[in-house]
Amino acid sequence: MTNPEITPRTLYDKIWDAHVVDRSESGTCLLYIDRHLVHEVTSPQAFEGLRMTGRKVHAPERTIAVPDHNVPTTLDRQDGIENEESRIQVDALDKNARDFGVEYYPVNDIRQGIVHIVGPEQGWTLPGMTVVCGDSHTATHGAFGALAHGIGTSEVEHVLATQTLIQSKSKNMKVEITGRLAPGVTAKDVVLAIIAETGTAGGTGHVIEYCGEVIRNLSMEGRMTICNMAIEGGARAGLIAPDETTFEYVKGRPHAPKGAQWEAALAWWKTLHSDDGAHFDKIVTLRGEDIAPTVTWGTSPEDALPITATVPAPEDFQAGKVDAARRSLEYMGLKPGTKLTDIAIDAVFIGSCTNGRIEDLRAAADVLRGRKLAANVRGMVVPGSGLVRAQAEEEGLDQIFIDAGFEWRLAGCSMCLGMNPDQLAPEERCAATSNRNFEGRQGYKGRTHLMSPTMAAAAGVAGHLVDVREFAAENA
Amino acid sequence: MDKFTTLTGIAAPMPLVNIDTDMIIPKQFLKTIKRTGLGVNLFDEMRYDRDGKELPDFVLNQPAYRDAQILVAGDNFGCGSSREHAPWALLDFGIRCVISTSFADIFFNNCFKNGILPITLPQEAVDALMDDARKGANARMTVDLENQTVSSSDGQEFRFDIDPFRKHCLLNGLDDIGLTMEKAGAIDSYESQMTQARPWV
Repeated sequence: MTNPEITPRTLYDKIWDAHVVDRSESGTCLLYIDRHLVHEVTSPQAFEGLRMTGRKVHAPERTIAVPDHNVPTTLDRQDGIENEESRIQVDALDKNARDFGVEYYPVNDIRQGIVHIVGPEQGWTLPGMTVVCGDSHTATHGAFGALAHGIGTSEVEHVLATQTLIQSKSKNMKVEITGRLAPGVTAKDVVLAIIAETGTAGGTGHVIEYCGEVIRNLSMEGRMTICNMAIEGGARAGLIAPDETTFEYVKGRPHAPKGAQWEAALAWWKTLHSDDGAHFDKIVTLRGEDIAPTVTWGTSPEDALPITATVPAPEDFQAGKVDAARRSLEYMGLKPGTKLTDIAIDAVFIGSCTNGRIEDLRAAADVLRGRKLAANVRGMVVPGSGLVRAQAEEEGLDQIFIDAGFEWRLAGCSMCLGMNPDQLAPEERCAATSNRNFEGRQGYKGRTHLMSPTMAAAAGVAGHLVDVREFAAENA
Repeated sequence: MDKFTTLTGIAAPMPLVNIDTDMIIPKQFLKTIKRTGLGVNLFDEMRYDRDGKELPDFVLNQPAYRDAQILVAGDNFGCGSSREHAPWALLDFGIRCVISTSFADIFFNNCFKNGILPITLPQEAVDALMDDARKGANARMTVDLENQTVSSSDGQEFRFDIDPFRKHCLLNGLDDIGLTMEKAGAIDSYESQMTQARPWV
């Protein structure tokens, strides 16, 4: 353990030190977990394990359950879930949440939504906390300066039973984005550019702290987009030090501290930053000015390029990546040398825990105002939560999407992973604001290009991938 | 959880890099509320066509590898989601050990909770074992956890590192929750201390 009086510590070190319950001789620690988020897909076996061993949920007041992966997003969903397996999973969560006494937002509650949008929205996620969930995109919550990461179902059961996790400490990695972003460049472009630079295994074994002027100038929504995809860069957790932007976002949320407790919390939160001279095992620096609107061409998030580029050839890569690129190009139905802006699309998906927040919908709606989807392109907007949907409707964004030819859906994970009926058809090509372009992710043989909400909206109107910067100028 | 001590078995070569958890077990099989029965759907979209017919080129469909117990895989195996269905599917198929140059963190962790040993070795060692795995069913590798070695069919031996606590749990088939519950006193005292220090949590 580092001595806080002597050794400068990173933000990760500070949160870690504040949560150590027990330390073994080998250095493995028992870490206390402040918030446990639970959804229907990765929890049934964990609750079943508790039942079989007669164990209780140790701290139900620190546990929040919400169905998101399986839920239909069509307006008729209050009539029940048609798919039997999905219905059984959602019913199981319903029963488990009630039997074990954990806070629960059922399908028809306006607070229901994607677990990583609901947590921050309700003020469950606060700076300096440890947050876990049986979902790799738990990294999202790191935007608040909370140590947040995905866990498997066995660990879900472990946290339910003990409110702790057995952990070995990761290494510290710093990703600094200096300067300013050019107009038309968003948080999504930044994180895709980072992953293109570091690779999908670049952060393996590390917790990434994102910092620099570009990160400081991002809203909480943008910061959540960045931390959300820490996992696509291989890091279980991403962190951004809390600041006034964070405090402003948190203040007044239903589960945020109030009164004297707010003041006490604020005093501690202000100490949550990496000290000068703190040690990082790995440092990556990018210039904000060098980042262009970015899209993926392949089947790994690291297959990302500026929209001005062309589809690469397998020979452009080295070692095992040569065959992987060949396989990706075949799967994606793309030829090397094709301009990315010449790739025609069939579908647009706007939503997910990466880009399903109100700011994302506003940005997409700005592009779509008074415009329509190209013929033969279908579009779907899936707000990240019932509250995001309500806010968008209050601002009239729903009408802009509907007028443009999009379907305006209810909240859930939807076509990000297609566990519900929202899926791509084989070889259907989608401009998606989600986080993974893996083979089959959005549907069997479906083809995913990851990008920002504005880029996805512009692609929908153009009928092909397009540089949103030129699009705005030409269509003004 | 079954103990893992030594394993001698057929190793299947999967040289592809970045094999993700969506490949290992696609989302349509995550709707189960059980841990078992996923082996038949392991690598489903690589292994079967749309009609459920086996694709003969896929390694685990080839006669030599149908009973594989070890995978030798490309870099960054298990990247993507936290789904423990990935190790459940591997285990249900009969895979008890995966060897690669690197693993995604969450997948790596999930393996240990299910009696699967993920072994990280340098590129040269993985290359040698990949070549050995390509020899087919007559080539059997031996993994010895106690001595931390992998031996190829032609007698090359490679030593691997493993966290001592994880090794202890695998060798003895120990349940983490039981171990942690022995520390209930430490958890209680942490909680009372935290209520003082950070009452808003």
